Amino acid sequence: MPAIHSFFDTPSPAGLTGVKAWLLTHDHKRLGIMYLWAVLFWFTVALTVGFLLRIELMTIGKTIMSAEIYNSAFTLHGVIMIFLFVIPAIPAIFGNFFLPIQLGTNDVFFPRLNLLSWYLYMFGGLLAIISLFTAGGFPDTGWTFYVPFSVGTNNNVPLTVFAAFILGMSSMLTGLNFITTVHRMRHKAMGWMQIPLFTWSLYATAWVQLLATPVISITLLLVIFERAFNIGLFDPDKGGDPLLYQHLFWMYSHPAVYVMILPGMGVISEIIPTFSRKAIFGYKAIVISSLGIAVAGSLVWAHHMYTSGMSDTAVFVFSLLTFLVAIPTAVKVFSWVSTMYKASIEMTPPLLYALVFIYLFSVGGLTGLVLGAAGTDIHVHDTHFVVSHFHFTMFGGTGFAFFAALHFWWPKMFGIMYNFKRAYIAATLATVGFMFHYVPMFILGMQGMPRRYYDYLPQFAQGNALAAAGGLLLFVGIMLMLINLVLSFRKREISSINPWGGVTLEWTVPSPPPLHNFVAEPNVKEYPYDFSEILTAENAGKKGQVTP
Amino acid sequence: MDPVLGVDRAFWYIFIVSAIFLAGITVVMVYFVFRYRRAKHPQPADIRDNWKLELLWTVIPTIIALSMFWVGWQSYTGLRNVPAGAVQIEALGQMFSWIFIYDNDKETENELVVPAHTPIKLNIESLDVLHSFYIPAFRVKADAVKNFPTYVWFRTNEPGQYDILCAEYCGLDHSQMVAKLTVLPKNQYQEWLDQEDE
Repeated sequence: MPAIHSFFDTPSPAGLTGVKAWLLTHDHKRLGIMYLWAVLFWFTVALTVGFLLRIELMTIGKTIMSAEIYNSAFTLHGVIMIFLFVIPAIPAIFGNFFLPIQLGTNDVFFPRLNLLSWYLYMFGGLLAIISLFTAGGFPDTGWTFYVPFSVGTNNNVPLTVFAAFILGMSSMLTGLNFITTVHRMRHKAMGWMQIPLFTWSLYATAWVQLLATPVISITLLLVIFERAFNIGLFDPDKGGDPLLYQHLFWMYSHPAVYVMILPGMGVISEIIPTFSRKAIFGYKAIVISSLGIAVAGSLVWAHHMYTSGMSDTAVFVFSLLTFLVAIPTAVKVFSWVSTMYKASIEMTPPLLYALVFIYLFSVGGLTGLVLGAAGTDIHVHDTHFVVSHFHFTMFGGTGFAFFAALHFWWPKMFGIMYNFKRAYIAATLATVGFMFHYVPMFILGMQGMPRRYYDYLPQFAQGNALAAAGGLLLFVGIMLMLINLVLSFRKREISSINPWGGVTLEWTVPSPPPLHNFVAEPNVKEYPYDFSEILTAENAGKKGQVTP
Repeated sequence: MDPVLGVDRAFWYIFIVSAIFLAGITVVMVYFVFRYRRAKHPQPADIRDNWKLELLWTVIPTIIALSMFWVGWQSYTGLRNVPAGAVQIEALGQMFSWIFIYDNDKETENELVVPAHTPIKLNIESLDVLHSFYIPAFRVKADAVKNFPTYVWFRTNEPGQYDILCAEYCGLDHSQMVAKLTVLPKNQYQEWLDQEDE
């Protein structure tokens, strides 16, 4: 093969050198890398804030911060984690980087819009930082900005809400780009049932991003107007309806949890077959379940509102619909586990993270059942049970899928491999810490400890102390994981084109890929998870090397 | 059936079925990882799908999920259908305390007193932002919204004391918005009710 420059090393055109080659790039891979560093920055910030919150809750009364700071801190933790980490993490980093390659094309459909989307993301983050230090400080409303409290509080709600609005725009444009890319730029030889499952999951996600985000955008603007002009949409003092806000808010924010989890499920659907060296079980069922989750997940928003005072008929309908969303999710879990039946499984850090994902996400999904059921939800709604449940799905689920994706695609993105031993230690610490951190919260919730509590009754002391100890372990594990990845730049252990024996198109291009992704015409497989070539090559003794 | 019992049975039903699923998934997954590790099992089988199995694991969970929905809904109706003859008390949430107003216009703050062995209906409303009236012991919770009355009901048993909490974040001292529920024997309750405020 002639010398091929990776996209990192490709000479830039005149006038676009140095930092400009990055800041004005249209290359989906560079944008993916730029998202990576920004997202990791925000993740570390919000992780630290979350850790400090648990330290505060370690003992009754004041431990390290006042109630004012605590209330702003959990809002900050939620806003950053939701809008700056969980929503963008997998689509913006790995979606941008790998969706075009998995489709056998050279970029997304609107590369300039892709760059704009990155700037909107950065701008939204910047506004969030500014709102920390201006006009009353960061909001103390919780990330849900429930009215009428958010309309009345003196803290800087408008700016933070505007930041979320901007971040929503960024998310929408990314979704638009993915939909158009899948439709218009897919390799001619690639039919719908030949698209890799990660790209399929991004496609389903993109529709939700595109259709649901405008609802929250409008709602957040209405909050700003309500505060600025006293319109009386949501404020009961002026004849407004607080429940209207909750409906509008969850009409986006519930589908948004599927925006958060679907790409993670897509990552797992790539990792499990790769290290099983075996076709994914039930490819079509997984595709259909992704679309099913996207559609059904958009119709269950009011299950956040069983105690709100809405009609019992609404509770009945939304509870029923909620249980139906459980089915496609269960189908995916069964398919992943079945893929490993009679497989040839190689343990690696990405696979370990994926297996931990399946366990933690199953706990998260199954504990969601008592929240979907009407009678039981009344007891645990707005308690620590809910906190634990959504951290199992969003952190144990999306978070661990993100870690799995980092370890899976790191050698492709940077062409280097990290230390396995440290990666295993970090994963183990994080998993054990995770369990000790969040399982006590389930018990606290069953005992009746509400969420967003700065202080608590004596019967909740033991659980909170235990959660803090688990939190420390979790924090150390994740920091070790991130440090291990960064250390790979120092050692620079060069990775091959296909270190894992993957079969999707990104494993046929150099690591890191060249500017235009493909050096030869991509060879689209009849069935995307056909490992026969890998096995033939293996048997011929050419371990890990596949001719593109 | 007692509504608390109904809710608790729904919890047990869902938790036990979930635990069976979780144990099954985990055990099978870990077993496969060891049984089919590459060192022992270098040649994978080529199995892509099996529509019978897939149909089975779609239909059975659907039936189980619908049964959970139904159990949950049944226990919810227990929380909503107030029996005749319930003692009615107004419960008003404000930043950051609960106000209770009884039939005879007696008013208490952060102290709810009710008779034993009696159904109690609390009419809940807020005086300012959202709150949520929560008594863990009776599995009841309802948001307090201004100009939008809601209710909870529960049946008291033996005399005793229970916690009342605010479950909807309402600002600075949200976690201090804690009240006491005291269940008194019927005669003592009447005495207490007839006492003039100090």
